[in-house]
Amino acid sequence: MFHLTHEEWTAIRLSLWIASVATIVAMPIGIAVAWLLARKHFWGKALVDGIVHLPLVLPPVVTGYLLLISFGRRGFIGSFLYEYLGIVFSFRWTGAALACGVMGFPLMVRAMRLSIEAIDRKLESAASTLGASPFWTFLTVTLPLALPGVIAGMVLCFAKALGEFGATITFVSNIPGETQTISAAIYTYTNIPGGDAAAGRLVLVAIVLSLAALIISEWFARRAGMRYHGD
Amino acid sequence: MLRVDVEKRLGDFSLAAKFETAPGVTALFGSSGSGKTSLVNMIAGLVMPDRGYIVVDGTTMFDSKTHVNVPPYKRGIGYVFQEGRLFPHMSVRANLDYGRRMTGQKRDEAVSTRVIELLGIGPLLDRRPGALSGGERQRVAIGRALLMQPRLLLLDEPLASLDAARKAEIFPYLELLRDEAKVPMIYVSHSLAEIRRIANTVVHLNGGHVVDVGDAKSIRAPVSEFG
Repeated sequence: MFHLTHEEWTAIRLSLWIASVATIVAMPIGIAVAWLLARKHFWGKALVDGIVHLPLVLPPVVTGYLLLISFGRRGFIGSFLYEYLGIVFSFRWTGAALACGVMGFPLMVRAMRLSIEAIDRKLESAASTLGASPFWTFLTVTLPLALPGVIAGMVLCFAKALGEFGATITFVSNIPGETQTISAAIYTYTNIPGGDAAAGRLVLVAIVLSLAALIISEWFARRAGMRYHGD
Repeated sequence: MLRVDVEKRLGDFSLAAKFETAPGVTALFGSSGSGKTSLVNMIAGLVMPDRGYIVVDGTTMFDSKTHVNVPPYKRGIGYVFQEGRLFPHMSVRANLDYGRRMTGQKRDEAVSTRVIELLGIGPLLDRRPGALSGGERQRVAIGRALLMQPRLLLLDEPLASLDAARKAEIFPYLELLRDEAKVPMIYVSHSLAEIRRIANTVVHLNGGHVVDVGDAKSIRAPVSEFG
């Protein structure tokens, strides 16, 4: 019978929460970076582009380890954040969200950047002749036209965050109720005798969640796309 | 009204134009590649001249000597582009209202009703630009530029992308605009027939230089440029 235990529910809820927080916090940064990479020429652009994409090509364990030594309690950024803002990442769900956000970030930026690059810049200059400052032009023309790409980027980031394993477990370990996501729970269950049924249930849940994310994003993208072509 | 003296190098092409316009409609006339669009883009603020000045109605928009360069969104100059450039994600109504919202002007129903009637675009208000014909789109583009209440209206070959029938459909609206809206206009065209009908002054450009400034009715053009 398909019945989820309390621990399994906890892992599912935690996964959804961590992936949502990671995606929502990463979104404004992702839009800003995508816009910068799509529109601006500046010194060190190739380096910024490289750093953004690094989590995509590095072994996730390496990313997790780098997060641990920089954002850990004694890390150079982590100690600063703890001392002045009271924010702790290591072995907390916040750290899991950070790891998931970093891993999903390159996928998010790629999709957003492509859609910003595809926008006809002549529409932006038309907006400026109509009195729109660069900020308002971005808000009323660039962003709405890039919306399908922004949504696609968010879904990709969310899906990546939902399945993230290597960086998360390296950075914040595998603590039930705090950092144990679906992936980490499946890993744990496959390592204990008689855990197959629980692992199988969580695998099913993971498939359903990923499919749902894809379908929802398709729906949003089509709705946004429809607005360009007549009524 | 408008005083221009600008120089600009664009790759191999160099533009150096000096002219003044009177109120009413001034045509910028010349074959393609004579620098008409570059000149209009400089007046709008979309392209920066290398040297010179642009003064509209006594307000300096650009002056290389005093390092004045007012950004396009603060110039208050309306621009009707060749290809319309309507915002595809907004209704016709929102397109028309865009300039007023961005410049923070109060809604004036009388003005918008008058412009909408003048251009005959009332029935199109709830449509999206994607569902409009070329002629309708251009009329909306003219309305959008007018409704921001510009101090000067630039029209860059607004009929060029249309067939003869569509041109005939829009031209009377442009004449109405000239006679009723009383906005000073710069009308870019390579067609003498259009210019004779709409403009009172003509600035004739050739190869990036002003070759003649004169009365629109008496302009004569090289045979090759007769349009």
